[in-house]
Amino acid sequence: MAEPIIQIKDVSKTFVSSDNEVEALKNINLTIEKGDIYGIIGMSGAGKSTLVRTLNFLEKPTSGTVIIEDKDLSTLSEKELREVRTQIAMIFQHFNLLMQRNVLDNVCFPMEIIGMKRTEAVERARELLEVVGLSEKENAYPSQLSGGQKQRVAIARGLATNPKILLCDEATSALDPTTTKAILELLKKINAEYGITIVIITHEMTVVQEICSHVAIIDSGDLAESGTVEEIFSHPKTPAARKLVFMVNHKIDEMVGKRCIRITFTENSSFEPVIANMVLECNAPVNILLADTQDIGGIAHGQMILQLPEDAALQERMINYLINRNLDVEELESYVE
Amino acid sequence: MWSSAVIKMIAVGVAQTLTMTLVSTIVAYIIGLPLGIALVITADDGLKPNRAVYKILDVIVNITRSIPFIILLILIIPFTRLIVGKAYGTAGTIPPLTLAAAPFIARMVESSLREVDPGVIEAAQSMGASIWTIIFKVMINEARTSLIINATIVLGTVLGYSAMAGTVGGGGLGDIAIRYGYHRYQPDIMLVTVALLVILVQIMQVIGTHIAKRVDRRIN
Repeated sequence: MAEPIIQIKDVSKTFVSSDNEVEALKNINLTIEKGDIYGIIGMSGAGKSTLVRTLNFLEKPTSGTVIIEDKDLSTLSEKELREVRTQIAMIFQHFNLLMQRNVLDNVCFPMEIIGMKRTEAVERARELLEVVGLSEKENAYPSQLSGGQKQRVAIARGLATNPKILLCDEATSALDPTTTKAILELLKKINAEYGITIVIITHEMTVVQEICSHVAIIDSGDLAESGTVEEIFSHPKTPAARKLVFMVNHKIDEMVGKRCIRITFTENSSFEPVIANMVLECNAPVNILLADTQDIGGIAHGQMILQLPEDAALQERMINYLINRNLDVEELESYVE
Repeated sequence: MWSSAVIKMIAVGVAQTLTMTLVSTIVAYIIGLPLGIALVITADDGLKPNRAVYKILDVIVNITRSIPFIILLILIIPFTRLIVGKAYGTAGTIPPLTLAAAPFIARMVESSLREVDPGVIEAAQSMGASIWTIIFKVMINEARTSLIINATIVLGTVLGYSAMAGTVGGGGLGDIAIRYGYHRYQPDIMLVTVALLVILVQIMQVIGTHIAKRVDRRIN
């Protein structure tokens, strides 16, 4: 079943301008198999947008090549290359619809390019608008659509010529989280129903988590790591991968405990880290809601309000710890809702 | 003073002005439009960058644009004779007007086409569109509002130039204004012709703006 559809071979890309050279891609090797949803993730400026553009040779690599199915793109003539491109659809962060054409004609555009008859093209366009859920908008112009709707039109347009590959360049980055989710669902559906291989360029790990089967991490022009999403998420090996993975996995948990206490400092040493020691001792976090203490001659004075964890046993342990440290502890009724 | 002869003369003047303006603008577009497209395509960030071609076109356009029209009018008299057989009258003004308008149009077209979102062009490339498809179906179509507004500006400018052609016996309202107002001290006739010129420009402007708005689908 593992049948490679995209092979990136030793691809390097250097941008040369009059005063400097930028190595956007350094010797990238990557194989994407038929039916994959392959995420390519990296910080902005990592080179991922350049990489996705080498997949349809919108950006010709300085060295190396890309093989689509069995066609080596670097050996193709301009005309053959255009033919291959009709099989590789692309959607963009800013949708890139023709603003002077209505939705239906936008979807028809790639079919015009391959010379399909108008009546056939319109029929197919209507089918596709149905698939993306925009049938009633066929006469609208892009300026009348929301971002999510524009991306749906772009997806319908992408599917028009029955492509084998769909490239998504930050396709959800201009959308809000709910719309992003809906677009990702649609991409998933397209992948499942039509077996289209999808390559997703993104800087958002959540996108990869949501939809991708595989992921490659690009870090300043290098391919840092690649593999299945589970592998990379459970065992990120490189610093770049760890940085990206931990950005999602280490989300800060909000405290949900309702019990709050006020502690008053009167005689403790300013230099005794009471709260920190308590946290270490009990191995659970507390949330400092208010802290108003100062050091007067080496003695801590003032008060703090702490939000305790939900676990009742832990709460008792913490209160006991504080009382043992000679602090006044006072319960606060419904301080947090 | 306002004899039927004068009225007839003014009517003929209006017709001559319109003929000069429209004919030379159309011919100038036949030259200027491809030139403008070529400038955009061969520019460094164009679809087929070609520094040499771009530079040559750029220099030609700049040189022609920098010659004052009144000088150009006289400078190309031999060329005008070659084309239309004479260097005076309405026909005699069309070659210089065309030659003056074409590079101006090229620049206007260039700036209109540059306004097209590069992302849309990239999208068309990713679909496998050829350069010609991109030029005609993407660039020109997406820039149509700007192209029409600029054509209106061109018409107004050419109309102004056509009045200048009056100084060399070019015919038209400008010719009448100069002959009667300047040489014969008849400011009333001059005022009428000037008013007519203003009205003509105004009409072109209104029509141009209206069409531009009608074909624009970006705003509702």
